[in-house]
Amino acid sequence: MSQARQLTFSIFRYDPQDPNDKPLMVRYVITETPGMTVFIALNKIRETQDPSLQFDFVCRAGICGSCAMVINGKPTLACRTLTANFPSAEIKLMPLPGFELIGDLSVNTGKFMRELAERLQLWLHPNDTDMDIHRIEAPMAPEEAAKLYELERCVECGVCVSACATKQMRDTFVGAVGLMKIARFELDSRDSRSSEDFYHVIGNQDGVFGCMTLLGCQDACPKDLPHMQQIAYLRRKMTLSVTNL
Amino acid sequence: MKIIYTDSLVVGAGLAGLRVAIASKERGLDTIVLSLIPAKRSHSVAAQGGMQASLANTVSGMGDNEDVHFQDTVKGSDWGCDQNVARMFTHCAPKAVRELAHWGVPWSRVSQGDREVIVNAQKVTLTEAKEAHGLINARDFGGTQKWRTCYTADGTGHSLLYAVDNRAISMGIPVHERMEALKIIHDGKRCHGVIARCLITGEIRAYVAKSTTIATGGYGRIYEVSTNAIICEGIGQALALETGVATLGNMEAVQFHPTAIVPVGILTTEGCRGDGGVLRDKDGYRFMPDYEPDKKELASRDVVSRRMTEHMRKGKGVNSPYGPHLWLDITLLGQKHIDTNLREVKEICQHFLGIDPVTEWIPVRPTQHYSMGGIRTKPNGESPQLSGLFSVGEAACWDMHGFNRLGGNSLAEAVVGGMIIGQYVADFCEHTSLNIDTQLIERFGQQIDAEINQLIDGNGTEKAITLKQEMQKIMMDYVGIFRNGAQLDQAVKALSELLMRSRNIGLTCKKRHANPELVDALRVKRMLKVALTVACGANARTESRGAHSREDYPERNDRDWLNRTLSSWPDENALLPTLTYEAIDVMGMELPPGYRGYGINNAIAHPDTQKRQQQIEQILTELNNPSDRHAKQAALMPYELPDQFKPANQRLFDNVDVKGDTAK
Repeated sequence: MSQARQLTFSIFRYDPQDPNDKPLMVRYVITETPGMTVFIALNKIRETQDPSLQFDFVCRAGICGSCAMVINGKPTLACRTLTANFPSAEIKLMPLPGFELIGDLSVNTGKFMRELAERLQLWLHPNDTDMDIHRIEAPMAPEEAAKLYELERCVECGVCVSACATKQMRDTFVGAVGLMKIARFELDSRDSRSSEDFYHVIGNQDGVFGCMTLLGCQDACPKDLPHMQQIAYLRRKMTLSVTNL
Repeated sequence: MKIIYTDSLVVGAGLAGLRVAIASKERGLDTIVLSLIPAKRSHSVAAQGGMQASLANTVSGMGDNEDVHFQDTVKGSDWGCDQNVARMFTHCAPKAVRELAHWGVPWSRVSQGDREVIVNAQKVTLTEAKEAHGLINARDFGGTQKWRTCYTADGTGHSLLYAVDNRAISMGIPVHERMEALKIIHDGKRCHGVIARCLITGEIRAYVAKSTTIATGGYGRIYEVSTNAIICEGIGQALALETGVATLGNMEAVQFHPTAIVPVGILTTEGCRGDGGVLRDKDGYRFMPDYEPDKKELASRDVVSRRMTEHMRKGKGVNSPYGPHLWLDITLLGQKHIDTNLREVKEICQHFLGIDPVTEWIPVRPTQHYSMGGIRTKPNGESPQLSGLFSVGEAACWDMHGFNRLGGNSLAEAVVGGMIIGQYVADFCEHTSLNIDTQLIERFGQQIDAEINQLIDGNGTEKAITLKQEMQKIMMDYVGIFRNGAQLDQAVKALSELLMRSRNIGLTCKKRHANPELVDALRVKRMLKVALTVACGANARTESRGAHSREDYPERNDRDWLNRTLSSWPDENALLPTLTYEAIDVMGMELPPGYRGYGINNAIAHPDTQKRQQQIEQILTELNNPSDRHAKQAALMPYELPDQFKPANQRLFDNVDVKGDTAK
């Protein structure tokens, strides 16, 4: 059994609320423990070396989407990134680009996602507005329910936004997250919106026609969502809805 | 200090909180929700297995109804629950599930015809009715007589929270994120709102409202290892305690979930066992049938956790650097089932353990999971001591779960409780006016200012993180699954010392805006008080009931202990809470205390139990229509509900005589 490694973390430090502060990469060295994740490491660093270090963890189980950050150049969820997967023992942490910085590794994904939801109306628009909760529910094809769940697993982590070249150039682009959620509602037989309705929100360069198909989203999504498939499907659907083919 | 007014203030943007906000808005009230984090990251999102509701669509749920769900819930609670509340809940659960379908939840649906399932480690063929095709399905869960846990794969919490938050967004309900409530504003009789701190700017604000609903979840993080999110630190309960008048109920009732992974404590759902998975020891032997021949792995959670612990104490646990554990084997469920219905479990195993549960066993052990205790409320959700203070979901002791919660009943409580109590909150707001006393508000604001100044400028020498970790270790070691007087005494003493030390916390980081060290320091004092209510409650309760298990008092003792522990903290300088007890009235029970069905039947009976049983028999013989179950129920224990929830729940085979239990 080899000796425990010394890990060197290089972490982006900046407090935008402090007028005297400047962005800086700061190095912290800690001893690796078995099964260590970046979650465990960051807490250790904060506990023993720098209590001012800002980061966001909630579930620490890879399902709440809070802890997305750029780790050695790749945006991903920190809580389930094992330090053992870094043979060089050098780990560089940066906050997710494309979001408002709160401080250090903490960014405001919540604000972004809420605004996106309001802008694209990302909720079910039910067919029958009058619903009787005492009576038996309307049936749904089991296959549709299963497929909906597949498209609904997005945890709003923001990784796809950070991994997207279009988003870097065009601040108003809705991102793979926006398109995936539209795809989810478009598939839902209970939703009253037509293809034309969806075209109004995503049939433009901020939506489905802005995607350059570089598919950083598909590569980086921590939930393995089918971005490639759904973006292509939506693009075709939107085109068909206005050309009456 | 900025003062923000709203009609219905909600603290906590999880399922329960959002549901109350939605009800408030539907009734035309102004509402604001405060949250530490974006709403969709609330701990509700982590729930996996499902939500119990007696829809009776699946063949293994045929014959199910509110009565059966009620009986399971009361038994599951070891008779500690408020049976009126259990009735309110079980009646409304099907309505909530159907309402959620309307809001977009993609509930897994029944497929007609044959399907293969695993029951008791055997392959069994179930035949689903043609008429049930496309209706909402249900899986098996622990401690239930019928399959009634509705689900979306194993990400039910995610689907529910996302649908409810989307609904709230569609209604324009504001959620103030990264806003931490630190004090309740009150005058000893009425709650007026909260003082809160912005975690980004450090700004202190007053939110003043007609009603304040605390929906902040549980307190699992007072323990060293918990399935809970790291923000589940019991601050909501502490807010109520620190009013000096509001009471907490049954804080010692803490649930340990049988199957959290080792060592990190991440949950793998009860659905693994519900769908047919089994537990094995270091020899690969399936041990649960020896301990619980009837329910086996699907006994109630507290029972399974105890049996696993007993088995490990006998030396049958697998040795590991993190202590002994057991195995959860879901390989017998097959790739297809795991990939569709246990998708999230598979991901957790891959990322945190580097294993594939389709071919390998999962290392698990009982881990702190759920807080049955919480802010004591009346059945309408309001604090008995402070008018205008409501609480809902895991934060509350409504009391739906008594001393043990059934799996699938927590998601259900959050949504159904929110649905029902949301109406009572709206009623309250409509019938009340608010007198804003700015002097009172300023006074509470100044208390928080003073607390923060003391931490930053006082020359404290204690570190918040050290105190927190010591507290978590004490709870883990001394207030766990099996408790005894000697260790509980030690726990209480040690926690009181920590509380004393917490008055001398100092900070290295002196920022007044975003400062994680300050956040921790403000929380740890509050957590210690919560931990003390748990330890003191457990120490005083000299019996075993549900999840509260005393090695020195192993019997359930209805004669002396059929009551609910109430804790309060009237003297802010005290180092211990004050405990009182509220008796549970046997003569008011629809289901008098009985045998749960696990282990030896050695409960010490309550003197009224036999009397009530005879009274019930008498009432039933005098009934005009004894076959009408609604008439029976109304005769035995009439209960209150808002009018719009009173209609009966329609079921598929209402008018057909069906035999249930075909799968067992």
